[in-house]
Amino acid sequence: MKRLFVDLHLRPPINQIEKVRNLVEKSAELGYSAVGITLPIEAKGKDVEVIKKICEDLGLDLVTRIDLAPKSARDLLSILKSVRRRFEVIAVQCSTKEVAIQAAKDRRVDLLLFSSNNPKKHFFSTSEAKLASEKNSALEINLAPLLYLEGTPRIRLMSLLRRDVLIARKFKVPIVLSSGCDSPHLLRKPEDYMFLAFLIGLDPCAARESLSSNPMNIIERNRRKLSSNYVCPGVYIVKRGKDC
Amino acid sequence: MLEKIRRRYLLLKVDCEKPPNEKDFLNALRSSVIRLFGEYGASQTEIFLVEYDPEIKYAIVRCSHKSLPMIRASIAAVTRVAGEPIAIHVLLVSGTLRALRRRMQNIFIGKSVKEKNGVSK
Repeated sequence: MKRLFVDLHLRPPINQIEKVRNLVEKSAELGYSAVGITLPIEAKGKDVEVIKKICEDLGLDLVTRIDLAPKSARDLLSILKSVRRRFEVIAVQCSTKEVAIQAAKDRRVDLLLFSSNNPKKHFFSTSEAKLASEKNSALEINLAPLLYLEGTPRIRLMSLLRRDVLIARKFKVPIVLSSGCDSPHLLRKPEDYMFLAFLIGLDPCAARESLSSNPMNIIERNRRKLSSNYVCPGVYIVKRGKDC
Repeated sequence: MLEKIRRRYLLLKVDCEKPPNEKDFLNALRSSVIRLFGEYGASQTEIFLVEYDPEIKYAIVRCSHKSLPMIRASIAAVTRVAGEPIAIHVLLVSGTLRALRRRMQNIFIGKSVKEKNGVSK
């Protein structure tokens, strides 16, 4: 069976539909079968439908995603309540230790994102990893900064990411590799990302999982939860009608 | 006894608006290897540009088989050549130049058939 690759993090400017189209076209050309596009919290259904139509025409599966950047744990809880049923994937940018812990222990959070340019604000450690592995949250690694950074910032980033990968693998936290880019010239093929992941200590097999089955599992799990047949964890409506 | 040198040939697609000249292209590849793996690492790759056609935007590069992961990571990390944004994608990897050229034919034939049938991808 052919392996399906997913890029869960594209960040095109949503109000410029031509740029969205270019990015999505490039993703399709490079061999992805699903793309996650970051939408603003106020995104309208009409905009999403337009993007969905573009993706469908190219044979891509659109995954709606939101990136939250709360200032405190309380903030995170209140935003989560309002967005969980509107978006298929929720990622949280953990800018403080408090937010990182809350995001890691909340089942509604799918992806944990950490600062890639400031090591002092990088809060992924063993405690977060332990919580994340219990609650099925994944660690997301954006690979675009590895491409555009140079010199000392890139050295620092590679060292940080290598440490993250070690911790995540030790605690069996799923890793999701995404592009995190906003322009087509920073997009690469999934195979190229697999070799870039070699720089941060991920072997090709683990990198392949991080580009295909790990994001796919998140999408499937959330779509099942968002469907009208979902009642509560483990309980689904299998059949409706008078003959039940 | 000296071990036989095993090589890998890579077919690359140069994705940019204005393709760079051969010298700039090779320099970009080399400096990307040096930036990521240093001079010692670069000396192990034995990178060599076999063929480069800026018109059809394809290139063939040779490297030692042990350094293939390094070369592939370095190729992916090239984002600019002579100030122009660029992306280089690896299309094929082969152990011999002959096999690469044979498989390359299939790619080009497949592409021209698709274009003939009006399929954009």
